[in-house]
Amino acid sequence: MSDTVDKERGTETANPEGAAPADGDAVAPGAAPVVDPRLLVREQGFAGYLTDFKRRVRGGELGSLPVILGLIIIAVIFQSLNENFLSAGSVSDIGVYIAGTGIMATGIVFVLLLGEIDLSVGSVAGVGAAVWAVLSVTNGVNDWLSVVIAIFAGLVIGTLHGFFFARVGVPAFVVTLAGFLGWSGLQIWLMGSEGSINTPEGSVVEDLTGYYFEDIAAAYGLAVVSVLAYAAALLVDAKRRRAARLPSRPVSEIVVRTAVMAVVAFVAAYVLNQSRGLPLALVIFLAVLVIADFAVRRTTYGRQIFAVGGNAEAARRAGINVEWVRISVFGIAGMLAAFGGLFIASLSGGATKSLGAGNTLMNVIAAAVIGGTSLFGGRGKIWSALLGILVIQSIQQGLNLLGMASEIQYMITGAVLLAAVVIDSVSRRTQKTAGRT
Amino acid sequence: MAKEAVLALRGISKRFGAVQALTDVDLEVLPGEVIALVGDNGAGKSTLVKTIAGVHPIDDGTIEWQGGPVAINRPHDAQDLGIATVYQDLALCDNLDVVANLFLGNEARHAAVLDEIAMEKRAMELLDTLSIRIPSVRIPVASLSGGQRQVVAIARALIGDPKVVILDEPTAALGVEQTAQVLDLVERLRERGLAVILISHNMADVQAVADRVAVLRLGRNNGVFDVATTSHEEVIAAITGASDNAVTRRQARTGTAGLEKEAAK
Repeated sequence: MSDTVDKERGTETANPEGAAPADGDAVAPGAAPVVDPRLLVREQGFAGYLTDFKRRVRGGELGSLPVILGLIIIAVIFQSLNENFLSAGSVSDIGVYIAGTGIMATGIVFVLLLGEIDLSVGSVAGVGAAVWAVLSVTNGVNDWLSVVIAIFAGLVIGTLHGFFFARVGVPAFVVTLAGFLGWSGLQIWLMGSEGSINTPEGSVVEDLTGYYFEDIAAAYGLAVVSVLAYAAALLVDAKRRRAARLPSRPVSEIVVRTAVMAVVAFVAAYVLNQSRGLPLALVIFLAVLVIADFAVRRTTYGRQIFAVGGNAEAARRAGINVEWVRISVFGIAGMLAAFGGLFIASLSGGATKSLGAGNTLMNVIAAAVIGGTSLFGGRGKIWSALLGILVIQSIQQGLNLLGMASEIQYMITGAVLLAAVVIDSVSRRTQKTAGRT
Repeated sequence: MAKEAVLALRGISKRFGAVQALTDVDLEVLPGEVIALVGDNGAGKSTLVKTIAGVHPIDDGTIEWQGGPVAINRPHDAQDLGIATVYQDLALCDNLDVVANLFLGNEARHAAVLDEIAMEKRAMELLDTLSIRIPSVRIPVASLSGGQRQVVAIARALIGDPKVVILDEPTAALGVEQTAQVLDLVERLRERGLAVILISHNMADVQAVADRVAVLRLGRNNGVFDVATTSHEEVIAAITGASDNAVTRRQARTGTAGLEKEAAK
């Protein structure tokens, strides 16, 4: 008995003593405004970069990490099952196959950033290919003009979706679902009695995926130019920030980033040169990505997209023309869908009545989501289209090499998509507890 | 009252259908002064503020800006004059960082390309002069506390160099320390010579920072009090109408107690 009483007394006397300093601590940050210990500012230097990175990962901001890990795992598994998976020819094929769906996925990333969805991209791709084929092949219109008209048709279709969504107020899900049905009907009508229209030899569309820069200087040159441009952009930014006395990236971080970029670029260039050279399709896809990324991250328009995706009402009160942003984003998605459709037509040898049907739509949306763009708007990167489509195409390529039937491919791609969304949801929950969205 | 009013409302009336929300309301706002706007729920505080902010155009009366009559028909008109409003729901984009939120709709840019460095620099300077402490100007607003979000929203109102800042219930959802932060900020706005219209339900906040208290009751003026010389109870009485009810009216008829109260007001 006396023991317990003593203990209780002990804790009783200890408590006030323990509480007093704690109170003092709580008051101190308010009184001394020099450095608030609660403020988490990234330290300067490389060590600061590492601690910041660790904190982000623990806080659930995984970024592209899971996808890159996933790609490495996919490469290791398929390479161990079939030694041809990482062969030059196979990698070159992946580089060409990703272009069409990847460009479509770039458009989907725009729409997802708004927090909306576009279910019509597959049908719009089909319409784009059909418009080009009917104009150029059947009616003998100038090839380039037909390509431009096909892409423009996609822009008009997307803008129409945007109009019904933003101006009339129909949910985007329904508008684009109607579009999914309606445009595939238009596609079949355009194709008329012919089941498919083959791409003629030497046409623009055939070159889209059929042309390779065979000179090895092309691939290496592109690698050199992009690495230099990347390093220069980082250095100029750091210099301007230092001049403005703002925290800037340490030189060590710039070196590491540039080195990683250089390794990726030169290995890719080397492997592509081992095969047929630098594919035109990949160059166009990368160009679309670079332009889209710049538009989204560095322009007022991109900022407006993020603002509308994050809080449309706040964006409206800030004077942003929310309707216009929404309509234009759907226009971009439609335009990129039609453009991607031309690549698909090029790959499959022509426009068909079923081009863009089947799992094209799912692959495109899955690519954007697997790459790490949130389904709920306001968060994501354009580059997630590249990473996501790489995952999907690698799996397909690997399973094709193993001679697996398409039903197995569907199941595995479905599982990967589910895994990606699970990672997204779990990391979002971690982020909520860590106070980040 | 030596200073000229930066914003003066004279005989403002506003009707919504069958509801007369504001009747003949007067309000003068002086530069370098915090005027609290108080009143019971439905007294017309929000309506009055929205007429100033241009959300609801007025039906009757005149609005004077620095001595001259002006028309405020759209939110844009108010912003152009130099009236900034911070609404209760803050209207921040959670996914954007602090700098992006501060400059949303008002970005520094070369052609269409954002000038992030200029914006970040200006944001740091602004936050420094207001002694606002936040973890980093490059973290998403979602990771800030309620008080920090409130001060970011107020700082954002200052980007356009306004002359009048309207704060709608800035401390309603905040804890003790965060409320203190926001009230400090309100005082700093006054030191910078801005006129602040503060809507609040919390009399402690009002007494802490306001110079004058304007009371609205049932859409009408119910007195303007000097905070330094007025007791808490008198203001509350004006808000609730305790100085004007059946008992006081009866006293006014029968005796002089009610008259004295009227005179005090």
